[in-house]
Amino acid sequence: MRLDPEDQAILQGEEGETRQRMMEILIALGKVFGAEELIPISSAQVSGASYKTIGEWGLRWLQSINARVAVPTILNPIGMPREGWEEHGIHREFAEKQLAILEAYRRMGVKLECTCTPYYIHSIGYGDHIAWAESSAVIYANSVIGARTNREGGPSALAAAIIGKTPFYGLHMIEKRTPVLTIEIDGNKAIDRNEDIFGALGYIAGRKAGNSVPIFTGIKPNRDQLKSMGAAMAATGAVGLFHVDGITPESRIFKYRVDALERITIEAKEVEELFRSMDVDAVAIGCPHCSEDELLHIERLMGGKSVKKPLYIFASRHVIDKSRRVVERIRKAGGFVIADTCMVVSPMLERYRTIMVNSGKALAYVPDMCGSMARLGSLEDCIREAIG
Amino acid sequence: MARGIASGRASGPLLISHIPISFLSGVDPLTGEIVESGHPLRGRIVAGCVFAFPHGKGSTVGSYVMYALKMNGRAPAAIINTEAEPIVAVGAIIAGIPMVDRPDIPLARMREGVNVTVDGSTGEIEYEGLLEEN
Repeated sequence: MRLDPEDQAILQGEEGETRQRMMEILIALGKVFGAEELIPISSAQVSGASYKTIGEWGLRWLQSINARVAVPTILNPIGMPREGWEEHGIHREFAEKQLAILEAYRRMGVKLECTCTPYYIHSIGYGDHIAWAESSAVIYANSVIGARTNREGGPSALAAAIIGKTPFYGLHMIEKRTPVLTIEIDGNKAIDRNEDIFGALGYIAGRKAGNSVPIFTGIKPNRDQLKSMGAAMAATGAVGLFHVDGITPESRIFKYRVDALERITIEAKEVEELFRSMDVDAVAIGCPHCSEDELLHIERLMGGKSVKKPLYIFASRHVIDKSRRVVERIRKAGGFVIADTCMVVSPMLERYRTIMVNSGKALAYVPDMCGSMARLGSLEDCIREAIG
Repeated sequence: MARGIASGRASGPLLISHIPISFLSGVDPLTGEIVESGHPLRGRIVAGCVFAFPHGKGSTVGSYVMYALKMNGRAPAAIINTEAEPIVAVGAIIAGIPMVDRPDIPLARMREGVNVTVDGSTGEIEYEGLLEEN
């Protein structure tokens, strides 16, 4: 691997042991994936922030790190909201460990925003090289914005943040971003009727696409729908980038020849079958974290009515602060609007038997991560269930 | 010769697994014992050995288990992989365990118990006596 003199000095330990180790991580990954050089990045998002995931030894490793990040860096959701965790059945011991993890990141200069939607906070643009870890954020950045990132792990994203560079391979390279598979949907009418079908479509497409780069034809999702679709695809498959013909930026710039590719068809019926009816005891929205538009939409659907079943809504601190009046009205009606955490990484929702979600990603993860059953519905159905 | 992945130099008797290893739930971080059910090396201790296996598998949290092994004084002295992947490579680096991959002698022909020195900076593997099976 080619290293410039500055990187070479870091590798020799001239800037301390932590930076030396971080450089070693980047170089080792470069060797594993066949990169020939490191490239500068403009933003990092680090996973491995929830105590539920990394545990005691992850915490101790973070506490041993003696360096500061070189680029704007934020975190993945943690295991609880930073304030008011007592109200949600979080044990004090867990909370103390979780706050210690945050403190370790704060010392490194990481901004304590804990969200899977860093794109609402860091302004990243087309062609920017970044190192993000959360799979739904990675697929959104690559597909909807046209930025370039691989699916980083916790330590590799942190190493990239501290050095300010990442190995140049995979989705950083334009030639690896070309679609290899066309996905079309048979019976599109169902999709036009139900705007929340995109999460379910992503859920099915991810299983078929594996780790390839697919291009969808014949659909016109908006940004929030692309978010939901990508998150689900990254959960059921290892997809890091998808295109939608005529909609996503690279498909408009490069005008890919979709007819020449391998083609698979998803029946609208397969998608609709994921929407099953069953009794639920809580409703959870915001996987990935809600946008300002989504919060507004939820508040309108509630129409001032009080909730009858627990309603959890997850969003970043930043988006909640920007939507203060909408959030106040939802809270007044009895809904929980919660920052920093989510239905997947927090033990908060483990007490419910069946949780209704409007997210294909949550449908994939809630059963294993919370030990609860998940029912998929549209946003309208979810709110109707919550307000009774 | 091999390819350097994690710097440092260490020696120990060679322990060979011919199938991949998951450190998360596969190795006890307090004792260094291999606990994966059905694993051919179940019950063996990785502490102090030069541990050779094809590559890692399982959860990325496995990297932190390698760090835990090191902090508990139960880590392998060094690691040889056929082909490095991110979980073990990152784990070896954060734990400070010397590691190499792509050894010129395949794992299938290495002799267990031989005393081996691994240099993760240069990629050199030195051994006392015969490393290869005859």
